[in-house]
Amino acid sequence: MADLSMSSAMTGPRGARPKRALSPRNIMLYGILIVVCLYYLLPLWVMVMTSLKGMPEVRMGNIFAPPVEITFQPWVKAWAEACTGLNCDGLSRGFWNSVIITVPSVILSIAIASVNGYALINWKFKGSDIFFTILIFGSFIPYQIMLYPIVILLREMGLYGSLWGLVLVHSVFGMPILTLLFRNYFSSIPEELFKAARVDGAGFWGIYFRIMLPMSLPIFVVALILQVTGIWNDFLFGVVYTKPAYYPMTVQLNNIVNSVQGVKEYNVNMAATLLTGLVPLVVYFVSGKLFVRGIAAGAVKG
Amino acid sequence: MASTTEAATGRQGTEARPRARWTRNISAKIAAIPMIATALVVFVGGTIWTVVYSFTDSKLLPRLRWVGFDQYERLWSQNRWLISIENLMFYGVMSLVFTVTMGFILAVLMDQKIRFEDTFRTIMLYPFALSFIVTGLVWQWILNPQFGIQGVVRDMGWTSFSFDPLNNPQTVLYGLLIAGLWQGTGFVMCLMLAGLRGIDEDIWKAARVDGIPTWKTYVMVIIPMMRPVFITTLVIVASGIIRLYDLVVAMTSGGPGGNASQVPAMYVYDYMFQAQNLGQGFAASTMMLLSVLIVLIPWAYLEFGGKKHG
Repeated sequence: MADLSMSSAMTGPRGARPKRALSPRNIMLYGILIVVCLYYLLPLWVMVMTSLKGMPEVRMGNIFAPPVEITFQPWVKAWAEACTGLNCDGLSRGFWNSVIITVPSVILSIAIASVNGYALINWKFKGSDIFFTILIFGSFIPYQIMLYPIVILLREMGLYGSLWGLVLVHSVFGMPILTLLFRNYFSSIPEELFKAARVDGAGFWGIYFRIMLPMSLPIFVVALILQVTGIWNDFLFGVVYTKPAYYPMTVQLNNIVNSVQGVKEYNVNMAATLLTGLVPLVVYFVSGKLFVRGIAAGAVKG
Repeated sequence: MASTTEAATGRQGTEARPRARWTRNISAKIAAIPMIATALVVFVGGTIWTVVYSFTDSKLLPRLRWVGFDQYERLWSQNRWLISIENLMFYGVMSLVFTVTMGFILAVLMDQKIRFEDTFRTIMLYPFALSFIVTGLVWQWILNPQFGIQGVVRDMGWTSFSFDPLNNPQTVLYGLLIAGLWQGTGFVMCLMLAGLRGIDEDIWKAARVDGIPTWKTYVMVIIPMMRPVFITTLVIVASGIIRLYDLVVAMTSGGPGGNASQVPAMYVYDYMFQAQNLGQGFAASTMMLLSVLIVLIPWAYLEFGGKKHG
């Protein structure tokens, strides 16, 4: 296993700060970093600026320039009026679809994965590690190879094309990384606690709900961040496993912006894009370091 | 890990009465049913199912009429598939080289005991929270020939300036790369930074005492020490690249000119769900699986080979 300890990354750099602030080395260093940051910020800036302009100004002006006249009309139109095919009720439909897809998917996948991780650490049974290894290797297999068999499974269960089918798919594909996350976290909880609870007569679920769950709230938050952004940003599963009426926001956004008919309204497109990106962005900026911890824990400890 | 195993078996021994083997630890087994079902039915079962059906002539519906390697022969004679593979190789190599080198260099810069480290990191990582669809659409707009970078530079008076990567089959992959790198480099930087912070401070002290220049310490000492981090990063980035789909859908829909920016994942989707030629889709996805195994098996060998698994 890659020996990356995120906790040491979190404590920041060690040692004394450099003394002189304006040495040539520092000017170079900060210069490069600032230029890089400008490249990273540019698309966000362009998105916000374009979405606040009227169409005449978009056609006349410079995409990097701030709007002369600020208008929120593109936002209103993107939310409530933009058309996909025959439906002209805007992105709000996709937004609510995404909400009702994301909420149960997140709850279900975290519930399953946390119990899994707990069973894998404290209640090992014959073969449990083999299933776990398959699960981890499975997470590297391209989704494309499992797309059609899942269509058949969902059809047999009568869930193909429904929201619950998609919820199930998200729970299945979220399982490897979340199980890994919880398993690694639970393994750091002292075993004596578990033993003491066993002596006191607590069973599988008793220990899970009264000891493991309350002791591992931080990792639940990390899992929550990971799943909310991951499921919100999904495109492929949304296209494959739902009907157009249930398309999540990303799919609807793509259909609005890349539709061939009609005059292109770039300001509305950018407002729509920004609206779709808003949920993960808010999660990201609110969660701060936990987000970093989540992706690093999920990705690196494999 | 070994101690946990022993302890676990010990725990099972604390049962009051001896019971039948399978009812022992029954709650844990029931709780693990979703995991077992996912591992066996979806991951193993689904993969085997697709591989098996890739040897049939399934069209609209899957059916077991064997045609041997016909689907594969057809696949490898399709111009579109060959372009897809070529594009993926080019994009993959470029993307790996750039994300890893840029990610490492940025991590080194971030590791110089700088001020505002959190601000810099927040800015570099935020694109990673966005979906490929959002990423693709923003960059499509910035690269728009009429209003984007090209238009702005032309308006400033340089009328012959040309920068329109997305509408030229020769350069469309560079356009995708600009967006892909924007989205993913911050993540690689974070992994590398964590790797750099994991290196013992004493190594740096020793290098300083010996008078080795900083850059040389990085190249000769730090990079070799970070080998596991590099390997893990490569595997994660590579397995993401093979799945590349949403970004292409959002930015170019596989165009310009029909298939200049096609990728294998798109081929699979189109044949399975649009062209209703399941056999081709299965064969193409089996090839994708093969390419992942080529990356995965050497990695698993390096990571787990030698020492006992688990």
